[in-house]
Amino acid sequence: MAGSNNNHSDQYSATEISVEGHQEHPLKIYFIVWGWLFVLSACSYMIDFMAIQGYLRWTLILFFMVVKAGLIVAVFMHIMWERLSLSYAVLLPPIAVLVFVAIMAVEANYTVLTRFIFLDGG
Amino acid sequence: MTDTSPAKITTSENRPKGLTGLVEDWSSDQRAFKNVSWRKAMMWIFLLSDTFIFSIFLLSYMTSRMSTKVGWPNASEVFSLHIGHTNFPLLLIAIMTFVLISSSGTMVMAVNYGYRKDRKLTAIMLLVTALLGATFVGMQAFEWTKLISEGVRPWGNPMGAPQFGGIFFMITGFHGTHVSIGVIFLLVMTVKVWRGDYDKQTKGYFTSRKGEYECVEIMGLYWHFVDLVWVFIFAFFYLW
Repeated sequence: MAGSNNNHSDQYSATEISVEGHQEHPLKIYFIVWGWLFVLSACSYMIDFMAIQGYLRWTLILFFMVVKAGLIVAVFMHIMWERLSLSYAVLLPPIAVLVFVAIMAVEANYTVLTRFIFLDGG
Repeated sequence: MTDTSPAKITTSENRPKGLTGLVEDWSSDQRAFKNVSWRKAMMWIFLLSDTFIFSIFLLSYMTSRMSTKVGWPNASEVFSLHIGHTNFPLLLIAIMTFVLISSSGTMVMAVNYGYRKDRKLTAIMLLVTALLGATFVGMQAFEWTKLISEGVRPWGNPMGAPQFGGIFFMITGFHGTHVSIGVIFLLVMTVKVWRGDYDKQTKGYFTSRKGEYECVEIMGLYWHFVDLVWVFIFAFFYLW
């Protein structure tokens, strides 16, 4: 039984990968995404150029950032054409970072509070 | 004898898709990444670990910026350029962003022409990508020189919170190192493609594995990742 499994996996790695893992797509979609990346980067820059401030600024920065990152990962890095087992393996672990961000935001708020209280002489 | 080997589900075409496919792929004694070669899977795992490295950098930046009593320097002013009599905020950074996005586009062309076995166009596109990457690093060197001449040091600066310098040099320095390493590998790959190593499947000098045009795609993954990291640095460090 183990032998047949080995045979099977050898056969697999020898024949199917080179054919299947081939990420070849029409150039058109790359050009469209490329164009959008330029437009979105220009938009990001305009936020600063037009000196938009406050919550609107932060929302716009995050929005353009997420869309740009999404386009790069999905199309340029071919994640949208990969099987879910690979996509989830690389896309889910970074969620832990978001948890870490939340923890450190709370911690930083506490730190700055204590600095104001104790380093300014009360 | 019952056959427990997953023989009937070998190719990814007749395997279940979506969530059922996810569970099937991970749930038995078999390779999890069905239609991905090991080199590509390993590149993805490396990129995942690199994601965590840059995440931790940005996280430490967030923590220092939120917890400092002194005001954070205004990036819009610090990184502005005077041209003639006008002051352009973040101009150099904007140009660097466009250079890096252009290089991502040429990289994707290289991958595509590689799979079409167009040796010359692949090599040209790889070379253009490398040159754009080198331009980026050059502009970064200019930016560093400008900031250092203005008195920005890892331990302090005239504009505000002392952590600004350390965070700036660490994050952009690490990113610039990634770009520089990418440029070196792109140049090596240009030579290999130009010689026709991937057509003749010449064995690699270090790995002694057969070269294939898939290597260009894997190089592309790394290069796009570098661009991806810049998207986050641009948003959080320069624009925020």
